[in-house]
Amino acid sequence: MQKMSNKVFIPVVYGVALAFGLLSMLAPNDYFYSAAYTVLLFVILSSAWNILGGYTGYVNFGTAAFFAMGAYTTVAIFKFAPGTPLIVMIIAGMLVAGLTGLGMGALTLRLRGVFFSIATLALSVVMFTFVVNWDYVGGARGAYVIAPRVAPLGFGRYIYFLYAVMIFLSATAMIVARIIETSTIGRGLEAIRDDELAAECCGVPTLRLKLLSTTISGALMGMAGTTYPYFVSYVEPASTFNLSYAVNSIAMPLIGGMTTWVGPLIGAVLLGTVQQVVQVTISSAWNLLIVGVLLVLFVTLAPEGIMGLWYDFRKKQRAKKGAAQ
Amino acid sequence: METTYLILNAIVAGLLLGGLYAAMASGVSISFGMLDVTNIAHPAFIILGSYIAYIVNSNWGFDPIVTSFVVSPLFYLLGLLLYRVYYYAFERKGQQSLRSLAFFFGILFITEVVLILIFGVDYRLVSAAYTEKTIQIAQYAMTPDSTLHVDLPLRMVVPFVVSMVMIFALNWFLSHTFFGRAVLAVAQDQFALRLMGVDPVKIKERAFGLSLAIAGVAGALLIVVQPVQPSIGRDFIGLVFAVCVLGGMGSIKGAVVGAMILGLAESFTSTFAGPSWAPAVSFGLLLLAVAFKPSGLFGR
Repeated sequence: MQKMSNKVFIPVVYGVALAFGLLSMLAPNDYFYSAAYTVLLFVILSSAWNILGGYTGYVNFGTAAFFAMGAYTTVAIFKFAPGTPLIVMIIAGMLVAGLTGLGMGALTLRLRGVFFSIATLALSVVMFTFVVNWDYVGGARGAYVIAPRVAPLGFGRYIYFLYAVMIFLSATAMIVARIIETSTIGRGLEAIRDDELAAECCGVPTLRLKLLSTTISGALMGMAGTTYPYFVSYVEPASTFNLSYAVNSIAMPLIGGMTTWVGPLIGAVLLGTVQQVVQVTISSAWNLLIVGVLLVLFVTLAPEGIMGLWYDFRKKQRAKKGAAQ
Repeated sequence: METTYLILNAIVAGLLLGGLYAAMASGVSISFGMLDVTNIAHPAFIILGSYIAYIVNSNWGFDPIVTSFVVSPLFYLLGLLLYRVYYYAFERKGQQSLRSLAFFFGILFITEVVLILIFGVDYRLVSAAYTEKTIQIAQYAMTPDSTLHVDLPLRMVVPFVVSMVMIFALNWFLSHTFFGRAVLAVAQDQFALRLMGVDPVKIKERAFGLSLAIAGVAGALLIVVQPVQPSIGRDFIGLVFAVCVLGGMGSIKGAVVGAMILGLAESFTSTFAGPSWAPAVSFGLLLLAVAFKPSGLFGR
């Protein structure tokens, strides 16, 4: 099968996103928007995580930190000038999170991957402590971020606008992931994942590529966080730095499949939807348990995720066909 | 004079805290440092140990630390089981890093959520004869009615002593018995170990069990020192790995020194900058250690 070129892929994804956005106008109630917002948030986070985790093989446990950095950039800008347009906050949040990713990478990526992972865990706690002690953005008490009464671009209610923005951002995250995947950068990252030493010997600029993917991955996670304060309208550190962001953004690509941009999408939509249902019907503690159990089951029993199972299935089918002929 | 006593108290508190941290981190020194198994779920098992001590203590009033030694064989068995799963799912296939990290992260998360589902998010604590008493030493009379002194709260002194004895025993065990030497050999050269007719997998399995048994005891020590809640486990991930890296991978002595450094750093931070900054210390030190001296102070 010929692979679609990115020139075709980009308009297709944005087209599908637009169609999906228009279709959601049929949604029966407002709950749909809030549930779909959360699922889209996870689409971005898991796509972002996968750029480093899936393509490069470095595990980032600090998703919550990068996400919260985006969110708190919005809070800080909002405190400074409440009328600032959202796009400014999105760009600023991406810059902050991306640069942090770059800094983290520069400190730890020269070492074995394990050290990077542990350092990202550390980053979450350092950032958390920093935010708790930073009174300007509300400290431990939290801060209110009130959305403007009138949404821009004639969206009517602000949640509709946020939802549209999230659809656009998720499409963008997937496109970025796909562009990286199909370019020489992606092949370099893949080489690092499979054998870093061999890659280095073949002239792959490993450190530079790793730094690039950490930066892009961090920036996208920050991007996901920037709209969050407007969504919840009350931001406090404990829920913004929640470990469930880290767990979900690892579990979703692992369950979906980590080698392509499709995997995180499948994982996020599937797991995100299940969680929304469980949260409403049972309780939020149980939905976290389900994520944890699924993560452990998939990683031990089906390490290539749903996409891997699908490829195996296809291969078997083809083998059967071949045997029949 | 007041500052002197403030500093003295911070040093004593820091060293006592360091004793607790040494117990918490020595298990990681074995699993991560010697066996090369990045068990980031280690703190979750520490918290599990705390809760077992809490259940037994609150229902039957047994001493939490004694209880933890009694149930430590169960942790050992749990460790054997966990290592089996780890070995068959990851190590044997040579895909240790990414997926096994996610695996242990999942285990950490499941343990935490299960504890929350059963016990809720309230802080739990234990009571024993020594949890309320404080010894005061080096008294110094400022004015007739106010004296300065150095506090030695027994709820910190007892865990400190237990931890030091345990680690001393562990160190002796590792350097003087066949099994202990085999564990050290696994860390150095598995292939050579195979040539000596020892199965490295068996050795690693038992050593991993040992590291979880230590986690169980450390959990009891932890809940004696401070109230425990399911989700504080993850705050200790950075701590135990920081201690392990600071001291040099796989060196028990190094872990003790690393733990003391961390305890002191944390105690000084809470005394002079406020307790809300303390959690950042261990992680900050970890970041610095990983960035600038990953081989640690006593590294090979």
